[in-house]
Amino acid sequence: MTPITQSPRSASTPYHVEQYRRDFPILSQQVHGHPLVYLDNAATTQKPQVVLRAIQHYYEQDNANVHRGVHELSVRATAAYEQARLKVQRFLNAGRSEEIIFVRGATEGVNLVAQSYGRSQLYDGDEVLITHMEHHSNIVPWQMVCEQTGAHLRVVPINDRGELLMDEYHRLLTPRTRIVAVTHISNALGTINPLREMIPAAHAVGAVVLVDGAQAAPHLPIDVRELQCDFYVLSGHKMYGPSGVGVLYGRSDLLRAMPPYQGGGEMIRTVTLEHTTYNDPPHRFEAGTPHISGAVALASAIDYLQDIGLEHIAAYEQALLEYATAALAELPGLRFIGTASDKAAVLSWHFDDIHPHDIGTFLDHEGIAVRTGHHCAQPVMDRYNIPATVRASFGLYNTRDEVDCLVHGLQKVIKVFR
Amino acid sequence: MSDLHDLYQQLILDHNHHPRNRRELPDADKKAEGFNPLCGDRVTIFLKLKDNVVTEAAFEGKGCAISTASASLLTESIKGKTLEEAKQLFRKFHQMITGEVKESSDGPGLGKLEVFSNVCHYPARVKCASLAWHTLNSAIDQQSDGVISTE
Repeated sequence: MTPITQSPRSASTPYHVEQYRRDFPILSQQVHGHPLVYLDNAATTQKPQVVLRAIQHYYEQDNANVHRGVHELSVRATAAYEQARLKVQRFLNAGRSEEIIFVRGATEGVNLVAQSYGRSQLYDGDEVLITHMEHHSNIVPWQMVCEQTGAHLRVVPINDRGELLMDEYHRLLTPRTRIVAVTHISNALGTINPLREMIPAAHAVGAVVLVDGAQAAPHLPIDVRELQCDFYVLSGHKMYGPSGVGVLYGRSDLLRAMPPYQGGGEMIRTVTLEHTTYNDPPHRFEAGTPHISGAVALASAIDYLQDIGLEHIAAYEQALLEYATAALAELPGLRFIGTASDKAAVLSWHFDDIHPHDIGTFLDHEGIAVRTGHHCAQPVMDRYNIPATVRASFGLYNTRDEVDCLVHGLQKVIKVFR
Repeated sequence: MSDLHDLYQQLILDHNHHPRNRRELPDADKKAEGFNPLCGDRVTIFLKLKDNVVTEAAFEGKGCAISTASASLLTESIKGKTLEEAKQLFRKFHQMITGEVKESSDGPGLGKLEVFSNVCHYPARVKCASLAWHTLNSAIDQQSDGVISTE
C-alpha cells in the first residue's frame, strides 16, 4: 500500500565530488609544495567538517558520563550515545539496538568474539576457518583462541587473482567447523568476497560467521539481516568517523549467551565483593566509560555517508577504479596484485625492479600519500612471493585528476630507478 | 624535508643497481639474518675472518634502494677492519642516520657511508638504512641462530 519510495538520489543524480572535497578541511593543504593527494583511505579516511563539529559540540555542550548520573548533562550524553547506537543499528539494518556494541575498532570486535564466544564454545578438535586474505586482526585473535582451546585453524586458499577458491571453501567446511571468520573486502587486494554464498554454507554445517567489515562500511551498503551473518565488525576511522571507536554487531541470541569480555563498570547489574551479576547486552560488553564522543561522531559520519548515499559512493568509486586501473596498466613492468572480478576501489601493485618503499618516498615528495608495505596482511604477500606492494585506496572524495597525479608521479619514479 | 636527490644520491642508486658482494659465503665464520617486519625486507650478512679481521664480507637479500645500497656499502667498508672497528663503525653509522650525535674522532671514519647522512631527515626510512648494520652487529655478537629484527 505504501508505494516504494525512491531513494533521495536517483542514479542520474550528479556526484558533486568537488563539493564533497570542500567538506574535508584536511584535503585543502599542500604537502611538500604540492596539493595533497590522499590515496591511503584503506588505512584511514579523512574526516568531514560535520564529524569534527560533532566532536566539538559534544565536548562543548553535552559532555558527561553515560548511564550514571541523573543530572542534565548526563541525560544528554546518554541520549546522544544511545542515539548513536540506533543510528548504527539502522545503518547495518540490524533487528535490535542491543545487537550493536561499541568497541575500539574492528580489531577489538574480533578479539571480543574470539575471547567471549570462541573461548566458551570451542573445544579440542573443533575448527575455525579463516581465509588467506585476512588482515592480521582477523588471523591472530583466532590463533590465540585456538591455542587456548585446542581448536584448529583452517585457511581457505586464494587464486592468483586474489579470489577465494570456493571449491576449497566448501570442502573445508565440515561439522567440526564452529566459526568462519572472513573479510567482506580485502584491504590488500580489494576483493569483495561472495558472502551470500559463504554464509548459508557455513550455517548448513552449524558454524557461525563473523564478517570483518572494516573495509566494506565506507564503500557499500551493508545489511546484516540480508547477509544473515552472526557477527559483523567495523571501524569508525575507516568510514570517515574518528579513530578509537568501532562496532560489533552480534545476533542477540548469541550475545545473550556469551560471557563478558572485560570486567568493570557499566557491564554489571549487581556487585558484591563475593559475586557479580552481569548486565544484558550490549552493556555487558561495554565495560568502563565508552568512547562517547567517538560514538556520537561516528553517527555523524553515518549521516554524512547516507546523505550522499552509499550506492552513489559505490558507483562513483567503481568508475574511478576502472579509470585508475586502465591508467596504471600503461606503466611498463607494473603488476597488479589483486585482480578479482568483484573488487572495491583498492589498487595494489608491484614492480620487480623498484621497491615499494622507494616509490612511497618519491610519491610523498609529490604530495601523494599511498601505503607501502605488507598492509598487515603478510600471508597475502607470501602468497604472491613479494615482500610488499604499493597500494592506492580510494575514497568518496578522490578524483580522476588525482589518479593522473599518481600516474605522473610513478612515471618520474620509473625514470629515476631504471 | 630536504631535496630527494640528497637522499637518493648517485652512489646509492649505483649500489642499488649494482650491489657489491651480493652472494652467499658458504664457509662464513659468522652469519646472521635480519628482518624488517615493517616492509618485509630480509638480509643475511656473511663474514669471513682471520685473526679477528674481516677478510671477506657479503650479503644476500632484496630490499629497497636504501637498504640494498646500505648492505652493499657495508660489505665494502668493513673489509679489512677488526670486529671491534666494525662495531665502532656501526655505532657511528647509526648515530649519523638517526641524527643523534655528530661524528666522534674515535675509530674509523665513515668515508663513503656519509652518503647516507640525509636519511636522518626521513624517519620512515631510517630502518631501511640500518637493517644491514643491525644484522652485522648481531653476526659479530654471534646471535646468529636467531633472526634479528629492526623492531
